[in-house]
Amino acid sequence: MSALAIDREIDRSKMKVSDEVAIEILNMNKWFGTFHVLRDINLTVNAGERIVIAGPSGSGKSTLIRCINALEEHQQGKIVVDGTELSNDLKNIDKIRSEVGMVFQHFNLFPHLTILENCTLAPIWVRKTPRKEAVERAMHFLEKVKIPEQADKYPGQLSGGQQQRVAIARSLCMMPRIMLFDEPTSALDPEMIKEVLDTMIELAEEGMTMLCVTHEMGFARQVANRVIFMDQGQIVEQNEPEEFFNNPQSDRTKLFLSQILGH
Amino acid sequence: MSDVSFVRTEMLPEKAPPVTSAGAIGWMRENLFSGWFNTALTLVSLVVILYVLSAIVPWVLSPTWSGTSLNECREMLAAAGHNGGHGGACWGVIRERWIQLLFGFYPSELYWRPIAAFILLAVALAPILFSDKVPGKLIWFSAAYPFIFPWLLWGGTVWGPIAAAAGFGIGFVVYRILSDAVSSLAGMIGGLVAALIWWLALSGLAVSALESILPIGIEAVESRKFGGFMLSITIGIVAIACSLPLGVVLALGRQSDLLIVKYLCVGFIEFIRGVPLITLLFVASTLLNIFMPPGTNFDIILRVLIMVTLFASAYMAEVIRGGLAALPKGQYEGADSLGLDYWQSQRLIIMPQALKISIPGIVSTFIGVFKDTTLVSIIGLLDPLGLSNAIRADANWNGIVWELYGFIALLFFVFCFGMSRYSMYLERKLQTGHR
Repeated sequence: MSALAIDREIDRSKMKVSDEVAIEILNMNKWFGTFHVLRDINLTVNAGERIVIAGPSGSGKSTLIRCINALEEHQQGKIVVDGTELSNDLKNIDKIRSEVGMVFQHFNLFPHLTILENCTLAPIWVRKTPRKEAVERAMHFLEKVKIPEQADKYPGQLSGGQQQRVAIARSLCMMPRIMLFDEPTSALDPEMIKEVLDTMIELAEEGMTMLCVTHEMGFARQVANRVIFMDQGQIVEQNEPEEFFNNPQSDRTKLFLSQILGH
Repeated sequence: MSDVSFVRTEMLPEKAPPVTSAGAIGWMRENLFSGWFNTALTLVSLVVILYVLSAIVPWVLSPTWSGTSLNECREMLAAAGHNGGHGGACWGVIRERWIQLLFGFYPSELYWRPIAAFILLAVALAPILFSDKVPGKLIWFSAAYPFIFPWLLWGGTVWGPIAAAAGFGIGFVVYRILSDAVSSLAGMIGGLVAALIWWLALSGLAVSALESILPIGIEAVESRKFGGFMLSITIGIVAIACSLPLGVVLALGRQSDLLIVKYLCVGFIEFIRGVPLITLLFVASTLLNIFMPPGTNFDIILRVLIMVTLFASAYMAEVIRGGLAALPKGQYEGADSLGLDYWQSQRLIIMPQALKISIPGIVSTFIGVFKDTTLVSIIGLLDPLGLSNAIRADANWNGIVWELYGFIALLFFVFCFGMSRYSMYLERKLQTGHR
């Protein structure tokens, strides 16, 4: 099993999938120039789902979740996030982005601002939260990711794992209803992967809707309620984690799993 | 158990470095006398430095402070035992003309006005340059200063600068209304148009109306009396202060997705950078008069200010574009993913970092612009270099060269060196650890 197994009992009492649709993607197509990166993607995500997207590099999985908050533009089809359709209207895009949190592979913290300022910036400027309230909320989430004592430092002074946890706290400060994770542990030293995964598990335990591109199959097996396997810009297979890992259907999935789990 | 097995049982304590590699002796060994070749280079350099200083120092330290003409200086030098035509400097010219080199032909009873303007300039700059060391409220004075500064120097009615400031107020109000009602782009265009209409059409009427009701003002001074360092600093400060925001706008415009905006900015930058400053100054001094309707009096210093500012802002835009290009794409995505709109992410995330990266380039451009102000002597303005020609035209000082240029160079050096040191201080202050 890749990297590390999760060593604690997961509290599933609040991990409930509701009937409410959080994200709906219909016949979505995207090209980079003439290269067809995403082909006829259809995906419905209900509130409370924890979805892991796996696949070989270049399969379009990052591009898919980047389309959900319009960091990439799709050329065909329809994406509806929380009842708002993604269109060229900038107001819609900003609205969706403030409802959807995103965590990047390379953290993308703002190096010229302190940890606290990183966390309060968007609530103050986008949500117009009063400064005092924004600071209280930021400290609350920094405590949750277990680094309140670093609040006055700059990102450059923190380790990779700490920076990624700050990035998660920064997203949470916007009170998002959906969180997107784009390979959140791929740039981290092995020692630091666990602390970030722990934070993500806690988030899942609270019932957050999560879409996560990752190679951490331990996380997928224990936390996800659905695993999606992508190859060449298409969804090749999706299933519950038990079925997905123990009984993969397509040959491409079998090959991928044997390579990623085989050693 | 094999031979390669090893377990450390106690940690090693720290030790002081050997004497030969620390302290003054260690430093000299390492930097001046490491090997015979470097030792030889050190000795040769010392000899050259001593030789140059032995020529310059006696020249500078010549007892001619009280001389009233070049001939008198020469007699004093001969009496003091300095020999030869270049045996010493004739500092009398500086004693007699330093005020003129500073203020040009500005009326002497009004010298307090430029002096006050430059002292207040320091006050206005303090909250911008040293934001962490002075009270934050002072920034309001900095905002008002651009209107106080020209009023103190040129004088005239107090309503002029107030009307100019009102234009910004009007533009801002229109911007707020339109950006709430329509969009922020419409707000910006509307605000700009409203302000321009006010400045070009209405403010003149308003000023003369207010002046007839309540005439408050100070004595006006014409532009042709301006000169000396006062003129250089005025042009330099205005060009520096205006070129930075203009450069930011041009750099953003050049990266814009709006094609017309983009190509307007590219065209402007490439045109200005492709033309020597002196050409632009000639356009300002002669050609503009041909295009203006007859009888319009468009102040020569104002024309020069506009040209120098445009020139500097084109260079500034390219320096800032370099800073923008150095920012990783993730910073834009981080800002976007949080829902910040274009202007918020530019103002809060992108520009603070891009400007910080560009500090050395920005300050180099500032220094370059400040020194380029001496070119205005070619179109007949009496900056220090222009004045030095005027001083040489005096029979008493005919033939004096080095002393004047040395003095002018020294003053320029003080300003430019100050800017350079400040930029290094700022870079250290803004250092927040590596990414």
